[in-house]
Amino acid sequence: MVLRNNKIVHLHSLEDIIHLRHSTRTWAIELGFNLIAQTKLVTAVSELARNMLNFGGGGTVDIEVLEKKNYKGLRLSFKDHGPGIEDIEQAMKDGYTTGMGLGLGLGGSMRLVNEFKISSHVGEGTSVVITMWQ
Amino acid sequence: MEHIPILKIGEFLVVTIQTDVDDRLALTLQDNLTNQICKKGAHGLLIDISSLDVVDSFMGRVLGNITAMSRLLGAEAVVVGIRPAVAITLVELGLSLGKIRTALNLEKGMELLRASLGSPEKESSHGSPE
Repeated sequence: MVLRNNKIVHLHSLEDIIHLRHSTRTWAIELGFNLIAQTKLVTAVSELARNMLNFGGGGTVDIEVLEKKNYKGLRLSFKDHGPGIEDIEQAMKDGYTTGMGLGLGLGGSMRLVNEFKISSHVGEGTSVVITMWQ
Repeated sequence: MEHIPILKIGEFLVVTIQTDVDDRLALTLQDNLTNQICKKGAHGLLIDISSLDVVDSFMGRVLGNITAMSRLLGAEAVVVGIRPAVAITLVELGLSLGKIRTALNLEKGMELLRASLGSPEKESSHGSPE
């Protein structure tokens, strides 16, 4: 796997989320993702970005372009230094929310992308890494 | 601050959501819509999301809230203009929008509203007789 390109984005407001969605869409189009893959990825990004803002106190998103054989991929790493998630398994369950949401953000994002990795430590923060391949 | 316009077309209200909303904007929108429904005595509301290329669970919740609030005020809401890619993504996300009525576009949405408002007794054929 070859790392081709990367960019770090700071996420602290709704405007940042909107920019991130647009950037993700633009990169996905450039990499030749079809419309469905683009939409799924941008939707997953929106879910995770909102989570980071609402629960993680904001954070950074590392966007990387990957290449595997002839396929291009986009990886986004969401990192915050918020309160962390106590029970990840529970948090991933559809319908579970500690806020006013629908509880679909984590599980839903996982369903939408090709690769999903989450780690979290209470009191330290949360990291969610998603990858979508062409 | 962003402003989402609400128009009156015939006997219905039409709101076109063209940008992503946050908590603040969603509240403002809900406020404005409920006020307008009361003020104009509207029985139907069409929510046009044909400009949205992404609908996430937050937006899904906003749409659900608007539908529920409208119903409490005696108005039926119909969401129109869901894009195919959005529909596919919503199902995978797990958002069935079950309680929300939808139609392909504004025209079909208005037909749907006129049909359901024209015959209130036929709203539901489920349930056993009292």
